[in-house]
Amino acid sequence: MIHVDIREKRFGDTRILSHVAFEVAAGETVAVLGPSGIGKTTLLRIVAGIDPEFEGTVAAPERRAIVFQEPTLLRWRSALRNLTLIHPDLSEADARAILAKVGLGDRADAFPMQLSLGQQRRLALARAVAGQPEMLVLDEPFVSLDPATADAMLDLTATLLTEVRPATLFVTHDRTEADRLQARVIELRGRPATLAPHLVQNGRLP
Amino acid sequence: MTDPRAVTALSLTGLLLLWVVAAGLTADPSVLPAPGALIGPFVAELASGDLLYHLWRTLVRVAWAFALAMALGVALGLAMGRSERVNRWLDPWLVVFLNLPALVLIVLCYLWIGLNEMAAIIAVTLNKVPNVATVIREGARALDPDLDAMARVYRMRWQVRLRHVVLPQLAPFIAAAARSGIAVIWKIVLVVEFLGRSSGIGFKIHMYFQLFDVAMVLVYALSFITVMLTIEWAVLQPWERRVRRWRTA
Repeated sequence: MIHVDIREKRFGDTRILSHVAFEVAAGETVAVLGPSGIGKTTLLRIVAGIDPEFEGTVAAPERRAIVFQEPTLLRWRSALRNLTLIHPDLSEADARAILAKVGLGDRADAFPMQLSLGQQRRLALARAVAGQPEMLVLDEPFVSLDPATADAMLDLTATLLTEVRPATLFVTHDRTEADRLQARVIELRGRPATLAPHLVQNGRLP
Repeated sequence: MTDPRAVTALSLTGLLLLWVVAAGLTADPSVLPAPGALIGPFVAELASGDLLYHLWRTLVRVAWAFALAMALGVALGLAMGRSERVNRWLDPWLVVFLNLPALVLIVLCYLWIGLNEMAAIIAVTLNKVPNVATVIREGARALDPDLDAMARVYRMRWQVRLRHVVLPQLAPFIAAAARSGIAVIWKIVLVVEFLGRSSGIGFKIHMYFQLFDVAMVLVYALSFITVMLTIEWAVLQPWERRVRRWRTA
């Protein structure tokens, strides 16, 4: 369960977010939509606990995971070590099983730069679900992939979400991605950005 | 002539030839002996064990000063690169120490601490820490903020974070600081020995300087240069290649 109540977030004199409040239940996926530059990533960084400077409260579980736009891997460690270093309790056998699940079973010893972008994204996803997170934050994890790769990645994400069932917050600008993950949609609008509550129902525009 | 090894070999041969010609023109072995004239004294020093003893003493001092300077410099540079506040407070100190002549630090250390091993090693370390810190600070400023955020969200323990997230990113800077560090440190160690120690290459050079024995000064200097170049080629360069392996894999 994620409980978000942000009264205000500003960078210097510029107000970015104002009165953004919502909840994400365990096992639920909430998609945050909105045009680029509106403050989606800012919201996500606050919820993930990366940016503590805002007015308001965020209550989130302890076991967290995040997938950034960029894969953000340890480029100097093998794919396998990228899982076991982040999750010290994960056995090597389990780590290999997760790699196999995301289609990287034979690339355990490869360095991230030897993987394609699609493979790096899958490794980042594997790293996120490997810790059985109670909260998962996804920052546009499907951008700049070719349509087929993005499609496969969406299917994989949907499968993993139903297996692990974290409270998921998912930032995107593509409504079809939100639908594919069966996400409840909330939308940021205006400046400073605030939630557009009438758009929340069933994830559809009225 | 494109093979870099051949160029290096030819260039060094040129230097040797220049020496032979200069020695021939000087025609006075007490001012500049020919290269061949050093072989006899070199073998004698080696056989008596003197050369190895003093080489060893100098190497131990270089190793201590190097290890201390790198450890302190990396810690200081990391703190300064990560925190603008720490940097504002410590930067003036860094500038002062960077501009303090090595000789002044050495003399002050001997005067304040005494003519002993600790003073010698502290003097060399203090001379090198500011350079290491300056290089590492640049590296710390270039650390990837996304990886920081990742480490934070996944609650990585600080030891794991330091070893597997921070230090690999700093590796090229640490390697650069180490290579320039070892080159500067062994030179300063010789000065420290020259001024106030009774062992080591610097001490022997001081002794033969007072005896005006150019041949022995060259024997000790060249032996030590050879040892340091071997360390550079056999230890530092392979290590640098190893930490860079992931970039080229």
